[in-house]
Amino acid sequence: MEQVNVKIFAEPDTQISLEDAIPVFHRWIQKRDLPELLIDVTDYSHVIAGPGVLLIGHEANYSLDNGRNELGVLYNRKAKVEGDSLKQAYEAALNAAQRLEQEQEFQGKLKFRHDEVEVTLNDRMLHPNTEEGWAAVRGEIEAFLDGLFEAGRYSVQRPTDPRERLWVRARRTN
Amino acid sequence: MKASNSQWKDHLVGKIEPGLASEIDAFDSEIALKKQGKMEDKVFAETRLRRGAYGQRYDNGQRHDGLESRRLAYANPNTKGPTTLWDAPGMQRIKIPFGGLNATQLEVMAELAEEYSDGIAHVTTRQDVQLHFIHIEDTPTIMRRLAAVGITTREACGNTVRNVTSCPLSGVCRDQAFDVTPYAKATAYFLLGHPDTQDFGRKFKVAFSGCGDNPCALVRIHDLGCVAKIKDGKRGFEVYVGGGLGTVPYVAKLYTEFLPQEELLPLAQAMSRVFARLGEKKNRNTARMKFLVVKLGLEEFKRLVEEERKILTPDPRWTSFLDGIENQQETPLRDPGLLQIENAQPEDFRAWRETNVYPQRQAGYATVTVALPLGDLTADQLRALADIARKYVNETIRTTVEQNIVLRWVSEIDLPSVYSELKAVGLHLAGAGTITDTVACPGTDTCKLGISSSRGLAGELRMHMAENGAAGNDAIRNLRIKVSGCFNSCGQHHIADLGFYGVSRNKGGFAAPHFQVVLGGQWTENAGSYGLAIGAVPSKRVPEAADRILARYTKERTEGESFQAFIRRIGKAECKKMLEDLMVMPLHSEDTSLYSDWHDPREYTTGDMGIGECAGEVVSPLEFQMTASEREVFEAQLAFEAGDLPKASKLAYDSMARAATAMLVWNKSFYINSPDGVVEAFRKEFHDTQLFFDPFAGGKFAHYYFHAHELLGQERTAESAHRLIEEAQLFIEACHSCVGRMTAVPVKG
Ligand code: HEM
Ligand code: SF4
Repeated sequence: MEQVNVKIFAEPDTQISLEDAIPVFHRWIQKRDLPELLIDVTDYSHVIAGPGVLLIGHEANYSLDNGRNELGVLYNRKAKVEGDSLKQAYEAALNAAQRLEQEQEFQGKLKFRHDEVEVTLNDRMLHPNTEEGWAAVRGEIEAFLDGLFEAGRYSVQRPTDPRERLWVRARRTN
Repeated sequence: MKASNSQWKDHLVGKIEPGLASEIDAFDSEIALKKQGKMEDKVFAETRLRRGAYGQRYDNGQRHDGLESRRLAYANPNTKGPTTLWDAPGMQRIKIPFGGLNATQLEVMAELAEEYSDGIAHVTTRQDVQLHFIHIEDTPTIMRRLAAVGITTREACGNTVRNVTSCPLSGVCRDQAFDVTPYAKATAYFLLGHPDTQDFGRKFKVAFSGCGDNPCALVRIHDLGCVAKIKDGKRGFEVYVGGGLGTVPYVAKLYTEFLPQEELLPLAQAMSRVFARLGEKKNRNTARMKFLVVKLGLEEFKRLVEEERKILTPDPRWTSFLDGIENQQETPLRDPGLLQIENAQPEDFRAWRETNVYPQRQAGYATVTVALPLGDLTADQLRALADIARKYVNETIRTTVEQNIVLRWVSEIDLPSVYSELKAVGLHLAGAGTITDTVACPGTDTCKLGISSSRGLAGELRMHMAENGAAGNDAIRNLRIKVSGCFNSCGQHHIADLGFYGVSRNKGGFAAPHFQVVLGGQWTENAGSYGLAIGAVPSKRVPEAADRILARYTKERTEGESFQAFIRRIGKAECKKMLEDLMVMPLHSEDTSLYSDWHDPREYTTGDMGIGECAGEVVSPLEFQMTASEREVFEAQLAFEAGDLPKASKLAYDSMARAATAMLVWNKSFYINSPDGVVEAFRKEFHDTQLFFDPFAGGKFAHYYFHAHELLGQERTAESAHRLIEEAQLFIEACHSCVGRMTAVPVKG
C-alpha cells in the first residue's frame, strides 16, 4: 500500500486549543529528532472541522487534525516506504501522539485513545474507494487490525460517500 | 511525488481537450529534460510559472527555525529555477476566469487538496484557487485532472495575462448595466496563449465590472479595466488603463468613455501588442503597464494603441462570441419564492441573512455568500458545497475577490435549508463583506517575499473584531480590513478602509515584525482611490491600533461622514499621533513578545525571505520556442526508441518547423500558420539572404528542413527516421548559431 495515512483519536471532550500545537511543532523542527526532513508549520486552526495545525515534512506530514470535528493526530505519509507501510505509518502516528501528550502545552489536557484508528489511503488511482479497491487491500489491513485489536474484536466502518478516499475506521468492541 | 502520476496520464487520455493535453504533455517532457540537466533554470522557472506552478517560502533550502538558520537537507540537488530546490514544496495557482466554477470542479479540487496538498483549497484575491505544499513532479497530474473538468492553470503566473476577473454578482446584480460574464470569459480565452501576449515584460491584469460604483471587480486597480455601459441602446464599455497596486499604486486612467462591444477584443489585442513592444523588459520594477502609460502619456499611449488596432488582421473571434449574447443568462433550478415569517427564524439565521444574502434583480432569488475564513476551505467542505450547488441551484458558483464563494440563484424560500446545510459543514459564518471578513495575501506563511504574517494578523483581527462587538457597531461594521505581508500588496491593502502591509524594524540589533498602517483606501467606485500610510506598528499591537482608530471614528464622525472622509479630515499627522506610543518598541531584553509574529513563535527574522517569482523570468518568445523545439526533438527520440516511427518523424519535423517559425517571428514578426508558408518564408528570409549560412557548412542545415518538408507525410524507415531526428537537432543548433551571429556585437579594430 502507498500513501498511507493513520489517525489516532483524542479522548472525547478534550479541551485544548489547536493553536497550541504551533510552538510544539516548531520545537520538533528545532530538535530534528524525527526521521523525516521537517520543513515548516502551517496553521488552519481557523477552519471548522479542518486539518488543524500541520507540521509539513518532505516524506510525511504530521498534524493535530480536526477533520470531521474529531480531534486526533494524523500521520500522512507521502514518500514511498520500504517494507510494511501501514505499520510504519501507525508507529509514526503513535509516536507523535505520545510526544504530544508530553509537551508542556498539552500535559494533562490531551490524551489519545488506543481503541480506535483510522487508516486512509491517500491516492485515488492506486487505491480507489470501490469494492475492488477495498478487496485489494483488505487482507493487509485486516491482518494489521487483528494484530492491533485481536481478530473479531473490533468493528469496521468504511466511507459511504464514493467521492471520499478509501478509508477504514476500526474500533475495539469491548 | 506520487507513484500514480503515469497512470493518471493514461487514464485521462481522450478526456482532455487536445490543445490542453499537448500543453501538459509538453510540460511533462520539460520536467524530464530539466531532471536530465538539459534545460536552463531560468527557462524552466518561467515555463512552470506560466503554468501556475509557483515557488514557496524556503524553497532555496534555507530556513530559520527560531534558533538558527539551517539548511533543509533535501537529498536531491536538482533545481526547478534559480536557487529553487526541486523537492521543496511549491504552490499551484489554478486560474478561474471570472471566478466561475461548477460542482464537479469543486469536487476535483477537493481530491487534489487531499491527495497533493494539505487538505485545503485557498481562494485568492483575484478569484483564483491555490493549493500549497505541492511537489513539482505532481503538477502535470494536477493539471490533467483539472483539464479533464475544463480548467487550465495556463498563464496563471509569470509575465502573462493573469486571471480575468469580474464581479461575482454579474448577471444577478441590481445595479448592473448588463451581465459582463460572457465578455470576461471571451476575453480570458481569446488572450490565453495568444501570440500577442507571449512577450510581456510583466504581468497584465484585466477586470470587468457591471457598474461603475460598486466594488466587486475593482477595475481601477487593473492594467485594463472595463465597466459595462449602454449608449444609445448599444452595449459597450467605459475603459480604464494603467491601474495597479504593488509598491507604487496607480489608479487607472480613463481610456475611453465608450468602447463598442465589437471593439473589446481588438482593443485588448492592440494594447497587448503595444505593451509587449514598448513595455520595460529589463527593470522589473517599472515593467507594469501603469509605468508605460505614465511614461508615454495617455494620449501617446492611445495613439499607439489605435495605430496598432488599424493594422490588426481581422479575427472572427472578435465578434463571434457576441451572437445572442444579450440573451445569455444562467437559469435557476428552483422556482422563485419569498421568505416571510422572518421572526420565526432563529437569531443566527437572521444575522447571517443580513450580511450574507443579496436579493437578486430577479425577484424571488438571492445570491448567498459563503464566507471563508482567510479564503480557506477543506475538501469535505468543497464536496458539501458541490452537493448544495446541485440541490438548490444550477451549479452557479463563483469565487470573489474578497476570498469568498457565492451561490447564485438560490430561491429565497430555500434560504433556511441552505443555511442549515452550510452550517452542518461549518460554512455558515456570518459577516460577509463586513469588518470581520478580513482579506489576506499568503504572507510569511508561504510567500518568499513575506515580511510579516499577513494571515496571522488577518486571522487575529477577524477574531478580535468579532469578540469586541465591531459587528454590532453600525458605524464600523461595513468597513473593510485587508492585509498584505509586504509592500507588493497582493492582499490589496491600498483599497481597504483599514489596510496593513508587512515591514520590519530593528531595535538594539533585533528585528521585529511590524505592519504599516494604511487608512482610508477606497473600496467603492471600483477602488477609486488609495489609502494614506500612517506609520509602522509592531504586529502584535495592530489590533490595539485598529481599536483606537475605530473608536475615534465611532465617536467623532459627523453625520453621514464616511471613514475615508473622516481620515482625510483629521489628517495623517493626527492619525499618527493616535498611534505614536504604540510605535515605540521596548528593547528585546525588556519584552521579547513583540519580536515574534502572530501564530509563529519563532524569534523573528527577515533572513528567510527569498527571491520572489512574481515578476517571472524574462524569457523571450524565441528562447521559449527554441526550448520547446528541443523538447520536441527529445520526444521524437523517445518515440523512436518506443518504435513509433510515424510519431517520431512527425515530432522531429514539428521541432524544425517550430524553430523556423520562432526565427521568423523574432526577426520579422511574421505569424504564419501553414507549414508551406513557413518553409517559403524561411527560405526567403534566412536562406536566400544567406543569414542562415554557417561559415563552414553554408546552407546545409536549412536544407535539412526543406528536405524534411518535401518528404512530409511519407513513411520512413527506422534509419531515415533516425536521420531525421539527428538533422532536426542540427537544424535547431544552427538556428541558435544564426541568432548568435545576428545579435553579436561587432568587435572593433
Ligand atoms: C514582486 C513580487 C510581487 C508583486 C509585485 C505582486 C503583486 C501582486 C498584486 C498587486 C496582487 C493583487 C492585487 C490585484 O492586482 O488584484 C497580487 C496578487 C497575488 N499575489 Fe502577488 N505579487 C508578487 C509576488 C507574489 C508572491 C511571491 C506570492 C506568493 C507566492 C504572491 C501571491 C499572490 C496571491 C496569492 C495573489 C492573489 C491573486 C491571484 O490569484 O492572482 N505574490 N500580487
Ligand atoms: S504582498 Fe508580499 S507577502 Fe503578500 S503575497 Fe505578495 S509578495 Fe508575498
